[in-house]
Amino acid sequence: MDFEFSREHQALRKLVREFAEEEVRPATRQADRTSQPPLDVIKKAAAIGLLGVPFPREYGGLGAGETGYCILMEELGRVDTSVATVIGAHIGIGAMAIYLGGNQHLREKYLPDLCAGKKIAAFALTEAQAGSDAASIKLRATREGDSYILDGSKMWITNGPLASVMAVLAVTDPALGARGGATAFVIETRHNGSPAEGFTPGKYEHKMGLHGSPTSALSFDNFRVPQENVLGQIGLGFVVFMQTLDVGRVSLGAATLGGAQSVLHHALEWAAMREQFGKSIAQNQSIQFMVADMAAEIEALRSLVYRTAWLVDNHKPFIKEAGMCKLLGSEIASRCVDRAGQIYGALGYSRDTDVERSYRDCRITEIFEGTNEIQRILIAEQLFREVGVKIRP
Amino acid sequence: MNIVVCTKQVPDTAATLKVDEQSNVSWGDAPLVINPWDEYAIEEAIRLKEKHGGKVTVLSVGPEQAREALKQAVAMGCDDAILVWDASLDGSDTLATSYILAQAIKKIGSVDVVLFGKQAIDGDTGLIQGGVARRLGWPLLSFVAKIEELDPAAKSIKVNRLLEQGRQAVTSQLPVVISVVKEINEPRYPSFMNIRKASKLQIPVWDSGAISVEAGKVGRANAATKWTRVFPLPARTGSVEIITGDSPQAIASALADKLMAEKII
Ligand SMILES: Cc1cc2nc3c(=O)[nH]c(=O)nc-3n(C[C@H](O)[C@H](O)[C@H](O)COP(=O)(O)OP(=O)(O)OC[C@H]3O[C@@H](n4cnc5c(N)ncnc54)[C@H](O)[C@@H]3O)c2cc1C
Ligand SMILES: Cc1cc2nc3c(=O)[nH]c(=O)nc-3n(C[C@H](O)[C@H](O)[C@H](O)COP(=O)(O)OP(=O)(O)OC[C@H]3O[C@@H](n4cnc5c(N)ncnc54)[C@H](O)[C@@H]3O)c2cc1C
Repeated sequence: MDFEFSREHQALRKLVREFAEEEVRPATRQADRTSQPPLDVIKKAAAIGLLGVPFPREYGGLGAGETGYCILMEELGRVDTSVATVIGAHIGIGAMAIYLGGNQHLREKYLPDLCAGKKIAAFALTEAQAGSDAASIKLRATREGDSYILDGSKMWITNGPLASVMAVLAVTDPALGARGGATAFVIETRHNGSPAEGFTPGKYEHKMGLHGSPTSALSFDNFRVPQENVLGQIGLGFVVFMQTLDVGRVSLGAATLGGAQSVLHHALEWAAMREQFGKSIAQNQSIQFMVADMAAEIEALRSLVYRTAWLVDNHKPFIKEAGMCKLLGSEIASRCVDRAGQIYGALGYSRDTDVERSYRDCRITEIFEGTNEIQRILIAEQLFREVGVKIRP
Repeated sequence: MNIVVCTKQVPDTAATLKVDEQSNVSWGDAPLVINPWDEYAIEEAIRLKEKHGGKVTVLSVGPEQAREALKQAVAMGCDDAILVWDASLDGSDTLATSYILAQAIKKIGSVDVVLFGKQAIDGDTGLIQGGVARRLGWPLLSFVAKIEELDPAAKSIKVNRLLEQGRQAVTSQLPVVISVVKEINEPRYPSFMNIRKASKLQIPVWDSGAISVEAGKVGRANAATKWTRVFPLPARTGSVEIITGDSPQAIASALADKLMAEKII
């Protein structure tokens, strides 16, 4: 067993950490206040190769694998969850769906521009009536000659207002439903900045947190997709989408790992500095217990995340562990921001602190990319499968 | 365009320097970095290449560990790196180092532009650039804040120098030696692609024989300058005084009186 990161992964971490501190951090507060994504930061990240981290070099990527991608997400999550989410939706699920589901032609056509940041990607699954129950999507794709025509809408799509390339799941055969009747497509929603014909992005959602990561509905009206843009096989799109989310959960765990560490760091600094009753509050056992619990959970999460990344990179089964990364990561991060806020006292309730922003930013990680209830169901499903019992049809 | 950029490895600005009784300067295990002023020269060299084509070679005179500074420069986008070193060069002063660099630049051959930062943050002399220009017989354009025009075909360059009195526009023929100030650009991050390239790059080491350096002109024994004594600056002292008063006006006027008494305003 070797718990040392490779030299290359260490170099990647050093680069991302410097970038996050020097470029991402200064833009964070402004993005949170104005709800405008820091696009120039994303461009700079692209210029040094960060948008291609997990993909092979033949597609313009860095070939640093899931481990490298988790390093990127951890270091970004440490500084700004919004930027981590924009990049995560772009690479981790948007471009990832094209990589996992696309044939050679589609990979070559889309991935180099996405790795270079020339285009931003999104992953569009959720609809008004289809959240956790993703199989009940209604966006319709009707065959017309050698094209498909999309009609309907999506909701809550990260990068919806920015993306010009999207992986989208639509119903090609309503009679068959999700299993056999849903097809994944890669679509081009913007040309030179203007929405493509038949596509209208909705308004930015007003969210509790993640203000620097725009989310919107999407609507499609007679939107044409060439047949060659099918990801995977016709009717089997649900598989492509679920596989993409499986991988995405590992890196989401990594982003929460970064977020949790950053609030622990703030909590330690503040507890050491703040004096009440004639001594630093760090000298109270109740504060010590809080930071010790935070650190222990973070350390456990780190092991889980990087071991799971190792499973992915070594082509071993990882679905159960990926669900655990997302489940534990989001809950550990939530507990950590809650404790850090408590240690900060009134200051942790002030918009002038990173702890307050983290508190708002963090909450969504228990909900998106499959709610934690759904993660528990998926993990249990795997556990029972291991003892030969099928708990879901 | 054949561009050479010179860099020196120095202790990190955050390092705490110590000086002992024997005038030895040390900085513990603080990291060594590219001289921060040189980052602007490296950035400008890369921009010149991106605009006019050609290649950038980064050059450093220094011991084995200076390889790391060269790798950092390659990670930013330099094409090639050369380390100049052997034991006989140890202890060379600015006069000797400018000679060593000039010899190395001659060996590289048909160079159009040599770039430097304005000075190194450790010695802080800013003498090397002039020395190199003189030995090569090329013009020196120092404290350059902007390269206005460069015409590789006509072999001409027009720059803007940042002086205390203001800005000065200067035109020159190539080849030239240039030193840059931080106003010239914003140094880029190394890209991961280039970090990977740098980690694999075989950096050649040229010894004094390879660049035909005469032994009598280099090394500690032949230094023209002697450091007779090195001592730390006396620590600055200061004190804090909180001005109190009955009203903001009274506090402000007490503050103004004090500032005038100290001849600050
Ligand atoms: C900021 C943000 C960004 C997002 N980005 C994207 C994106 O890029 N792409 C995309 O496709 N979607 C995205 N989403 C949507 C997100 O994935 C969904 O919100 C999520 O899957 C939950 O769906 P829902 O909101 O409809 O909740 P619901 O499914 O209505 O769930 C409500 C509650 O019921 C629980 N529940 C539901 N079913 C069960 C069950 N069987 N057993 C137990 N409990 C259950 C849930 O766990 C939850 O607690 C985003 C959402 C947000 C807020
Ligand atoms: C929205 C808002 C409204 C407010 N309104 C009012 C108001 O109307 N009037 C007013 O007077 N104040 C008000 N406050 C102030 C509020 O009462 C204080 O913030 C609160 O008492 C905590 O004090 P503190 O923020 O200084 O935290 P600290 O006292 O610095 O506490 C920091 C952390 O250390 C812990 N700690 C401190 N001492 C000990 C100890 N001995 N043992 C164990 N743990 C310890 C605390 O529990 C906390 O977790 C308000 C604050 C907010 C945010």
